[in-house]
Amino acid sequence: MGLEDLVPLPVILPLVGAGITLAAAGHTRVQRFTSLSVVTAVLAVSMALLWATDQRGPQVVHVGGWPPTEGIVLVADRLSALMLIVSSAVTLAVLRYSVGLGRSAFDEEHDGEAPLPIFHPTLLVLTAGVSTTFVSGDLFHLYVGFEMLLAASFVLLTLGGTQDRVRAGISYAYVSLLSSLVFLVAIALIYASAGTVNMAILAQRLDALPPGTSLALHAMLLLGFAIKAAVFPLSGWLPDSYPTAPAPVTAVFAGLLTKVGIYAMIRTQTLLFPDGRLNTLLLWAALLTMLVGILGAVAQDDIKRMLSFTLVSHIGYMLFGIAVGSEKGYSSAIFYVVHHIAIQTTLFLVAGLIERFGGSTSLSRLSGLATSAPLLGVLFFVPALNLAGIPPFSGFLGKVGLMQAGADLGTPLAYLLLAGSALTSLLTLYAVSRVWGRAFWRAPEEAMAGSGPGAVRASREHALTYGVVMPTTVLVVVGVGLTVVAGPLFHITDRAAADLLNRSTYVQSVLVNSTADGGAP
Amino acid sequence: MTPNITLVLVVGVLFSTGVYLLLARSVVRALIGFLLLSNGANILFLIASGRAGRAPIVGRNDGARMSDPLPQALVLTAIVIGLCMTAFMLALAHRSWQLSETDVLADDVEDTRIHRRATDNDMSESDYQDRDRPEDEPVAPHPAGLPVPDGPTTYDDHLDENDDAHDDQKTQTVTGGKEG
Repeated sequence: MGLEDLVPLPVILPLVGAGITLAAAGHTRVQRFTSLSVVTAVLAVSMALLWATDQRGPQVVHVGGWPPTEGIVLVADRLSALMLIVSSAVTLAVLRYSVGLGRSAFDEEHDGEAPLPIFHPTLLVLTAGVSTTFVSGDLFHLYVGFEMLLAASFVLLTLGGTQDRVRAGISYAYVSLLSSLVFLVAIALIYASAGTVNMAILAQRLDALPPGTSLALHAMLLLGFAIKAAVFPLSGWLPDSYPTAPAPVTAVFAGLLTKVGIYAMIRTQTLLFPDGRLNTLLLWAALLTMLVGILGAVAQDDIKRMLSFTLVSHIGYMLFGIAVGSEKGYSSAIFYVVHHIAIQTTLFLVAGLIERFGGSTSLSRLSGLATSAPLLGVLFFVPALNLAGIPPFSGFLGKVGLMQAGADLGTPLAYLLLAGSALTSLLTLYAVSRVWGRAFWRAPEEAMAGSGPGAVRASREHALTYGVVMPTTVLVVVGVGLTVVAGPLFHITDRAAADLLNRSTYVQSVLVNSTADGGAP
Repeated sequence: MTPNITLVLVVGVLFSTGVYLLLARSVVRALIGFLLLSNGANILFLIASGRAGRAPIVGRNDGARMSDPLPQALVLTAIVIGLCMTAFMLALAHRSWQLSETDVLADDVEDTRIHRRATDNDMSESDYQDRDRPEDEPVAPHPAGLPVPDGPTTYDDHLDENDDAHDDQKTQTVTGGKEG
């Protein structure tokens, strides 16, 4: 029993949990207990994995004892472990929040009081899918991980089957399926040209391909991942589909799904195609993603839609770090991913609280929340400033890291990106301050008249219960805490980035271990 | 490796027809497009596996003459995944038909509203108000003089030929101002 035996657990535990919760469909308590304890266990395992990878290098498991040429390998390096920790922490908070909501919160329109026993199993399958993509060392296995989380996300997005959600679900599903298909075709072409789908072996073989072939493969992989990550010309699906889902679902989607695409792009850019021939293109895509996304956010009247557009916009920052391609760039991009998962999830949960309290997320209906719910004000204000990158918070630190990496690159385009990211940061501040000015600071009387005050007041009594406020507060505190631990965190991301750029660590640990204990069973 | 020209042609035809159908706004047409595309991808794996050979069973045939088993395993997985996704999309298409009695994907309501506000140059919800204007003076109607709908409305006016069932609704919304 070595440390590497921990690697499959973030996938296996949620799948087992999904089975248990599905079997216990009628028993709410069993479901809640199972899923909460499973995700807590995954969080603990991920922390152990981070320690193990940081101290002893990448942990590798050859599934079924097959050598990497034939079987699937699971690899956890620092990047994977870090992503696992953040994703499971965020999932845990969202799960706690949805338990706090109670079941009837998911039946908004015409489900009546019917419970939704499918929520817990589906969320656990989603977790397993996300974990699979993070620990996979095999392109096809990565594809299977994507499909797992996609199938789960389709179900979560269309919970209740109301008209809005079905419409949003259909366009989301087609775009996701198309991106997976592009990825699948890329895998087939890679297999045809290199004869393997194992990423460590591919890292050695792809270098030998003719430049035209490798450019085509590279572009196809990036295209598939860019749709998933909502990079600008391919980002139109996101703000259309995310806001219709229930608050916890949107929160977990916003935190995790696009970041999975970013993670896959980091792997492609460092392990498979480190030549950086598409970096200029990616820099332009990053600039446009930031600007177009944030201009969309400024135009929105609905908080959830505004947040979806800021989500698209801030994907540009991570892409900026990837496209710079230096160690500092990757390190800051990873830091920014960690920061953004925590903050974006928090903001969507707060938007859910605002919807519960004020009966709407539309800025033309909300008003006076600062006096009627000061706690909600604090919960919104802190992560909002964090998102905009105001100095003490982690958003600022991440952006500074990215800008330094850009300045080190020193090309005119990099300086243009610097200006673009500063502008995006300011416009983000404007977008969140619009929400603040309208929903929180506007005098209460004017807008509440239209929306049945009696009903609103009755729902307000039960809106901000301990069960939903506590997880949100914890996430806000975690977001602020990222500033406190920023030093050690940046050290870890620096080492992770160094590992990524020096591919031999990853390749060696996959291939050497296979000769030591490999061979067919 | 010399790929089989027949298979390559089949993949080409499947991809082109699939892409064409996927571009449709009809849910079921797009689903058929997705099916054709995913089958094209599956056949692409067969091309990637190289020359056809004997069944890849260890001990039955010698290694040199076997066909490559790995792409077959990958294709099987891809087929299973494609089947599940198709089943889900069919259920979704059926649900969409139940709710809206049309097979055509509608526009996002909020998106359409914001777009319309932009084309109408409607500043009524802006942060910046003209302080000099007295409070009770009505806001000037926008140039086209068309009524601006408030609250969610279904915009079926884009969704043309395919849905005859909605003709009556269509005429209503068209008068609601398409040329704003």
